[in-house]
Amino acid sequence: MTETVQMDGKLLDVRGLRKYFPIHKGLLGRMVGNVKAVDGISFFIREGETLGLVGESGCGKTTTGRLILRAYEPTGGDIFFKDRDRGVVNLAKLDKAGLKPLRRNMQMIFQDPYSSLNPRWTLLRIVGEPLVAHGVARGSELKDRVAELLRVVGLRPEYMARYPHAFSGGQRQRIGIARALALNPQLVVADEPVSALDVSIQAQTLNLLQDLQAQFHLTYLFVAHDLSVVEHISDRVAVMYVGKLVEMAETEELFIHPLHPYTEALMSAVPKPDPRYRSRRIVLEGEVADPSNPPSGCYFHPRCRYMQDVCKAKGPEMRELRPGHFVSCHRAEELQLLGVLE
Amino acid sequence: MGDDTLLEVKDLRTYFFLHEGTVRAVDGASFALRRQRTLGVVGESGCGKSVTSQSILRIVPPPGRIVSGQIVYHRQHRNGSGSTLTEDLDLTRMDPDGDEIRAIRGKEIAMIFQEPMTSFSPVHTIGAQIMEAITLHSRAGKGEVRERAIEILQRVGMPRPAQVLDSYPHQLSGGMRQRAMIAMALSCQPSLLIADEPTTALDVTTEAQILELMKRLQGELGMAIMYITHNLGVIAEMADDVVVMYLGKEVELGDVESIFYDPRHPYTRALLQSIPKVGRKSRMRLEAIEGMVPDPYAIPKGCPFHTRCKDYRPDVCNPDEEQEFIQVGPKHWVRCWRYAR
Repeated sequence: MTETVQMDGKLLDVRGLRKYFPIHKGLLGRMVGNVKAVDGISFFIREGETLGLVGESGCGKTTTGRLILRAYEPTGGDIFFKDRDRGVVNLAKLDKAGLKPLRRNMQMIFQDPYSSLNPRWTLLRIVGEPLVAHGVARGSELKDRVAELLRVVGLRPEYMARYPHAFSGGQRQRIGIARALALNPQLVVADEPVSALDVSIQAQTLNLLQDLQAQFHLTYLFVAHDLSVVEHISDRVAVMYVGKLVEMAETEELFIHPLHPYTEALMSAVPKPDPRYRSRRIVLEGEVADPSNPPSGCYFHPRCRYMQDVCKAKGPEMRELRPGHFVSCHRAEELQLLGVLE
Repeated sequence: MGDDTLLEVKDLRTYFFLHEGTVRAVDGASFALRRQRTLGVVGESGCGKSVTSQSILRIVPPPGRIVSGQIVYHRQHRNGSGSTLTEDLDLTRMDPDGDEIRAIRGKEIAMIFQEPMTSFSPVHTIGAQIMEAITLHSRAGKGEVRERAIEILQRVGMPRPAQVLDSYPHQLSGGMRQRAMIAMALSCQPSLLIADEPTTALDVTTEAQILELMKRLQGELGMAIMYITHNLGVIAEMADDVVVMYLGKEVELGDVESIFYDPRHPYTRALLQSIPKVGRKSRMRLEAIEGMVPDPYAIPKGCPFHTRCKDYRPDVCNPDEEQEFIQVGPKHWVRCWRYAR
């Protein structure tokens, strides 16, 4: 099912992606509304780059990652993926059988290294499972491949007979990474891969992810809430708020010249490890809007300190204001927002 | 130590006696908390920062217990003529279930936790729980207690406080629950608030709100705060003084400026270097600390950090002896052999 879509160096091109979860109520399970978890977002990822997807809890970033891997059925939109073997395919339109051969090229790393590994399986079985499932290797070949994968992520091959409980959080995350790499994927969706780890282990894991990217020419969608981690690892960053993308740009550009008030506030809210920085933060009032009952116009307007009447009346469109820098804010041209990079 | 000191922890050791062996969760901690100031306690999981606070409140769960050391609380009284008297109480000598500590716990020393959902009872209203705290420690009547609960909720910036009083914890968002938790902790006007990772489960914009709130309340109510976290950004934001802990020991102690701009202990330095910082342009590799935190049953002898230390020198770092604190600045101490004379 090859489609004629120009990818020009892009590995993934997402267009108007939507996922609505129905809300059921009452004895008969009548549908009373929708949670618009992902509401018409468009972005692309170039081959070999890292796109950071940031936002607060409930903004739809995890759902986006899962839609791309088709762990969820999209409500609408297209997901074009340039498969190594089959050319450009639209993941959003494929059925289960059509997806299976593609799955080996898209893998996921999970947040919680405790619940994402089966406690009754040995490392050999955990890391080797994708190889067995896709009929790539078995027997002694399987053992050799698992040994190599463990070595690649910095674990000893002798560990393959052990069970996950024998390992620390950081080591477990390495096991999860080895499993994700088993089939030599093109795209890896990493959903908060370091947020459950201790500070010193976080740094080791981020370094490992960067080394592996260079070594295997991986493309990452890095989903996280921690802006400093995202800034560190990403080539480009997309910011999400209540199911929509509000801004997307090259990392440095975004951190020097944010164009959306939410991005500005988010960056200033991150506590900086520098006592002299204390006074410079913007504290947002109120809370993140409810995606089942979002405000009118721009979803951010009730918390925005630059809000005007137009913001309440209609929702802004995403536009490219500077080369490669996309923003959806009515007032983006006139506002002078503060970044965190000089 | 002048009148300024509210609480002193002296060579505190809290061990857990398990079948597998003894876990020395806190193994010789010494620091002081100043009145109306914030002490930041920073460290990775297993460093003993939470057990230290449990020791202060005397709520260490069995099989853990305080083995040695002192926790001296300098309680201030105002007598009839208006002058203040200071009474020194050693909390380690009190019966953990006795009246003495119960008069202090929750009233003079209060605590807030990381996950407000698990520290509130799910089957009682927010109001019932705050009012219980007030009733327990004062002789106010029912109407007055309710009024005080509403007042304290207003103070923590809770919208519609009268309505929140009658809601259950699950009906509030994470940020609002943490506000309610702070309200409950502050309902008796404590002189010390222990905050154990209170914003770790929250989003950054909510975290910013809670941090601002805590600073404002400290200004208004004048309590000291012991702020426990692994997040160095939050420490830089909140603390006046900082204690860095590693495997049950403090390795460095000082005012916030010294710790961030002139860190001396190799662990503190490594920790500061290993975090990605917003606003640092470079995309270079992070300076990670090699290896992992050792097993708590097998804490290395001597300096606990020597197995991971980049500056470890076998001729200098005495493996059999524990290093005492060495003063390296006017308000700055470090436990490292490299600074020993």
